[in-house]
Amino acid sequence: MLIRILREYLRPYRGLIVLLVLLQLVGTIASLYLPSLNGRIIDQGVALGDTGYIMRTGGWMLAISFVQIVATIAATYLGAKAAAGLGRDLRASIFARVGDFSAQEVSRFGAPTLISRNTNDVTQVQTVTFMGAAMMVSAPIMMVGGIIMALREDVGLSWLVAVAVPLLALSVALVIRKMIPQFRLMQESVDWVNRVLREQITGIRVVRAFVREEREEARFAEANTQYTGTALAVGRLMAMVFPIVMLIFNASTVAVLWFGAHRVESGQMQIGELTAFMSYLMQILMSVMMATFMSMMIPRATVSAGRIGEVLDTESTVVEPTAPVALPSTEDAVTLDHVEFTYPGADVPVLQDVSLEALPGRTTAIIGSTGAGKSTLLSLIPRLYDVTGGAVRIGGVDVREAALEDVWDRIGLVPQKPYLFTGTVASNLRYGDANATDEDLWEALRIAQAEDFVRAMPDGLDSPIAQGGTNVSGGQRQRLAIARALVANPEIYLFDDSFSALDLSTDARLRAALRPVTRNATVIVVAQRVSTIVDADQIIVLDDGKVVGTGTHDQLLETCPTYVEIVESQRSAEEAA
Amino acid sequence: MSAEGVKTEEEKAAEARRGPGSRAGQRHGPMAGVGVPAEKSQNFVPSAKRLLGLLRPERTKLYAVLALAVASVALNAVGPKILGRATDLIFAGVIGKSVGGQVPAGTTAEQLAQGLRARGQDQLADMVAKMDHLVPGQGIDFGAVGQVLLWVLAIYVVASLLSWAMGWILTGAVNRTIFTLRRDVEDKLNRLPLPYFDNQPRGELLSRVTNDIDNVAQSMQQTLSQMLNSLLTVVAMVAMMIYISPLLALIALVTIPITMFVTAAIGKRSQKHFIQQWKSTGELNSIVEETFTGHQLVKVFGRQDEVRGAFKAKNDDLFNAGFGAQFISGIIMPTMMFIGNLNYVIVAVVGGLRVANGSMSLGDVQAFIQYSRQFTQPLTQVASMANLLQSGVASAERVFEVLDAPEQEPEAASPVRLEDPHGRVEFEDVSFSYSPDKPLIEHLDLTVEPGQTVAIVGPTGAGKTTLVNLIMRFYELNGGRITLDGVDITDLSRHDLRSEIGMVLQDTWLFGGTIRENIAYGNPDATDEQVLEAAQATYVDRFVHSLPDGYDTKLDAEGGNISAGEKQLITIARAFLSDPALLILDEATSSVDTRTELLVQQAMSALRQDRTSFVIAHRLSTIRDADVILVMRDGSIVEQGSHEELLARDGAYAELYKAQFRGAAVDVDTGEAPAPEMATAGS
Repeated sequence: MLIRILREYLRPYRGLIVLLVLLQLVGTIASLYLPSLNGRIIDQGVALGDTGYIMRTGGWMLAISFVQIVATIAATYLGAKAAAGLGRDLRASIFARVGDFSAQEVSRFGAPTLISRNTNDVTQVQTVTFMGAAMMVSAPIMMVGGIIMALREDVGLSWLVAVAVPLLALSVALVIRKMIPQFRLMQESVDWVNRVLREQITGIRVVRAFVREEREEARFAEANTQYTGTALAVGRLMAMVFPIVMLIFNASTVAVLWFGAHRVESGQMQIGELTAFMSYLMQILMSVMMATFMSMMIPRATVSAGRIGEVLDTESTVVEPTAPVALPSTEDAVTLDHVEFTYPGADVPVLQDVSLEALPGRTTAIIGSTGAGKSTLLSLIPRLYDVTGGAVRIGGVDVREAALEDVWDRIGLVPQKPYLFTGTVASNLRYGDANATDEDLWEALRIAQAEDFVRAMPDGLDSPIAQGGTNVSGGQRQRLAIARALVANPEIYLFDDSFSALDLSTDARLRAALRPVTRNATVIVVAQRVSTIVDADQIIVLDDGKVVGTGTHDQLLETCPTYVEIVESQRSAEEAA
Repeated sequence: MSAEGVKTEEEKAAEARRGPGSRAGQRHGPMAGVGVPAEKSQNFVPSAKRLLGLLRPERTKLYAVLALAVASVALNAVGPKILGRATDLIFAGVIGKSVGGQVPAGTTAEQLAQGLRARGQDQLADMVAKMDHLVPGQGIDFGAVGQVLLWVLAIYVVASLLSWAMGWILTGAVNRTIFTLRRDVEDKLNRLPLPYFDNQPRGELLSRVTNDIDNVAQSMQQTLSQMLNSLLTVVAMVAMMIYISPLLALIALVTIPITMFVTAAIGKRSQKHFIQQWKSTGELNSIVEETFTGHQLVKVFGRQDEVRGAFKAKNDDLFNAGFGAQFISGIIMPTMMFIGNLNYVIVAVVGGLRVANGSMSLGDVQAFIQYSRQFTQPLTQVASMANLLQSGVASAERVFEVLDAPEQEPEAASPVRLEDPHGRVEFEDVSFSYSPDKPLIEHLDLTVEPGQTVAIVGPTGAGKTTLVNLIMRFYELNGGRITLDGVDITDLSRHDLRSEIGMVLQDTWLFGGTIRENIAYGNPDATDEQVLEAAQATYVDRFVHSLPDGYDTKLDAEGGNISAGEKQLITIARAFLSDPALLILDEATSSVDTRTELLVQQAMSALRQDRTSFVIAHRLSTIRDADVILVMRDGSIVEQGSHEELLARDGAYAELYKAQFRGAAVDVDTGEAPAPEMATAGS
């Protein structure tokens, strides 16, 4: 997957990369040429006492050093550009892909993991790309070049390269191989320790109420001990790397001197060449080491690339029709026609044979116990999910045949979890209609019973809202979400248990205020409280995914035992009598 | 389950503010630390001292580490010098053969030099004269070379062993210290008063006890060993260079300020880009987070184009910042290499000249080159360590703040023990407020007889939750006292007090474990049968059977795999199992559907038998069986009595009651709002 992503997303930067490789080649050759010049200084300058030669060659070395730095910096520039570009393009692709997802795909992945795939995982791939451009390109060039140069200096001594390089690569790789599973374990241990702490802080009241401090301490000690154990193991392995590398480097130098001395003695090599050879060997070893360390990043990046690939390869189950049918401009009745819905992977349908008709100007309420499928039913109307059987129609047109924009245009949704966006009260309210005036906003707030507290805020409509709306209370958030839907002035209102966090009198006033503005709209309300829906024109009682009763409050009291049961549970004995 | 799945929104927000660099495990790679924007600490020196002070119990180990480091660095440092002697021996052999080969055998080196001088080869003569081991006509003395090389090899082996031992001991010392720090912080959490948790965003505290400790651990581990090694190496290298040739040393040392200057200049520039990168990352992350979390809203409200536009703008910002940061920090390495090369060339040229005129041996030049190449690298390392150190100290400071926070009131010196409490609760002239300028509960008196069920009703913010929290002694009173069976609760140990109280809280907190473990939280000594009994009594058993793993179903930290209602049932089962003398139910059934609620209520009323119970709920149906109903408003009890009595009184309670049952329908029909007095106090 990593390779596929790299191939696909580096394609626009092909030119840059070719240039980068060339520059790395120039830089590497330049840095390899330096020891050879130094060797000549010794053999032809020092040994012969030719100061002029020493100065001239020294000048050359400086010039070549300069070429090297220019080439390397240019290569770094290109590498950074290509990597950052890859990151940007990849992020954009994922973001666009997820934007096309339906609620089904989003809930299958889960928002948190999608977020981290779009951010952290891309960063992983981007970093490995940059490091790769900087080091993994130059390492092989350095190795090949170094070997060639070493061979040029003395073929007879080059077997040392063949011994030292694999020895270094092998021993470093061996340690790393032992380390990788430890790293994974370490991440797990960190997660464990942090999870326990997180639970203790979020659940502090429970811990204290049940007097479980000691138990929590023991639980933490267990996690902490494992973490420390793993960290120790990792740390000790890490402590081995540096001494091993140093030893191999140093031992190689010693070996070059010893075997080189014999070559020099027999006249097959000059002493300057010996010095140059030593430098080459060091350079080769250094690049091998770098490449090995870099390769440590590859497994992590591969995992990230896999996670990214999963997102990119997922197709949305809700697709735009190729030839959309226009929704009738005046007819906004919502009908469900023998609807069935099964969550992917589930055996049992959540909704079975559900039929209902919600008419404009009427309020249709849906009530039922937890897990009866109320929210699922609601989410079928704006095509957050597609039905697995039957059809949902707006104005007689199957929503799957209409353009998505067209469907969404009609609908004002107040979700169960009233999510608000970072910004201000006003920016949130204008979510549905960017051109709404301040008066429109205040009107919506007034209906939603949110006017008082917004007025009480220091900056009124411009008061800041934190991400998710966490800086206002649950009840306030719910009312703002209702106001947001009102500002959009849709033809169809969907309230998903939107009054649950309100106290009873606020609930009552809100519904009273809603009535005139929704006079011509189709209103569908999901609720828990009977009091919220008692005055609805039509109440649908859901039980276990099936409609067990349809009618007004009074009718249902006569005909639907499930409804009676629900009402009973909320009424006091003498009230029901 | 993935790690990010258990992060709360607040934590992520805290992380975004801090930038991804504060996350553990992102500092691998050779450029670690370079360009990471160091968070500034408030009081660097005292905090750094205190951080080092944590290592005090490990002091003997640290002395050993220091000794080992000095020894291994010293050995590593003399290596090249001795190796230089081998080069000299080889060179002598070469010259001896080439130059000395032209003279008759038996000529001494001195005679050879004179001969050269006579022929006008003054320079060569100088060089030859300086060579110790030159025997004209004779080649390389392999015996001597071999001996020297064996020595060097031995030195290197020992140096590596010492360095390994050092790493080993240091790792142990650091990890034990971090273990203790973590333990202390966790201990501390248990002693902090609840207002401490209330008064700051939860994510902030979480970040301190998780990310910040991770960061301290990492920077301690890395800086201690590398700082020590790098600093010692620089010192040793400089010493050896001066020893070999003060003149060359001077030339080489000029590069130190140049290096420092260049690194600092680049570092400073890249810092700006890095800060921008962190900022853009944070901004982009929050766009992504919001869009994905509010996915359906973005779609249904048709905001996709706007969101895409905002994303593209931030994504481009991040591209620019990321590109700049990566490029400029990527320059450091080549620049250092260039300075190193510059140094190398100068040393090679000057050294070559000096060998040629005999004032230095070739081996020494060789050794010197090695030294000068080796000392730039630790120098860069020290520079990058400084950043890491700073961020570590800044994190440590935040951890210390937690450790230094004032703790809750100490336990009574000789706590009274309650034997078999009856559950008579009395509030005597109780006053309490969260902050001095906003009085909440003032001069409250209340007596609850054993076995009574007390229902507390009233609008949000009326002080209902506070009232029951005071019984738990989650907060300390500002005045008056609360007694349990006539004993002031502050005379009891918190453990004893809370052991007598079972609580079902508004937020259904479950921990990552199985359903069985979560129920057993109420009583760790409970047998499986008792757990099952509690589950059956609270209707947990019903839905557990529909789960594939039954009671062994793992709940994740947020309890995301079961519904809110089911979560609440588990917390009820948990309280059920703890079998307390006093029961507190705070909105206990608000997320349970009304039919399940009916069942739970039946279980609860059985549970409430013979127990003093306090029940808080908005739903009046939950509390209509109560013996006493307290109607609260603005911190005081405005009405008190049974359901019938209060209805007859036609006051605040009757108002609330009407709003739920009759009022709602009537008001909507007439278009009139109900009497505002109850409602305005609402959230």
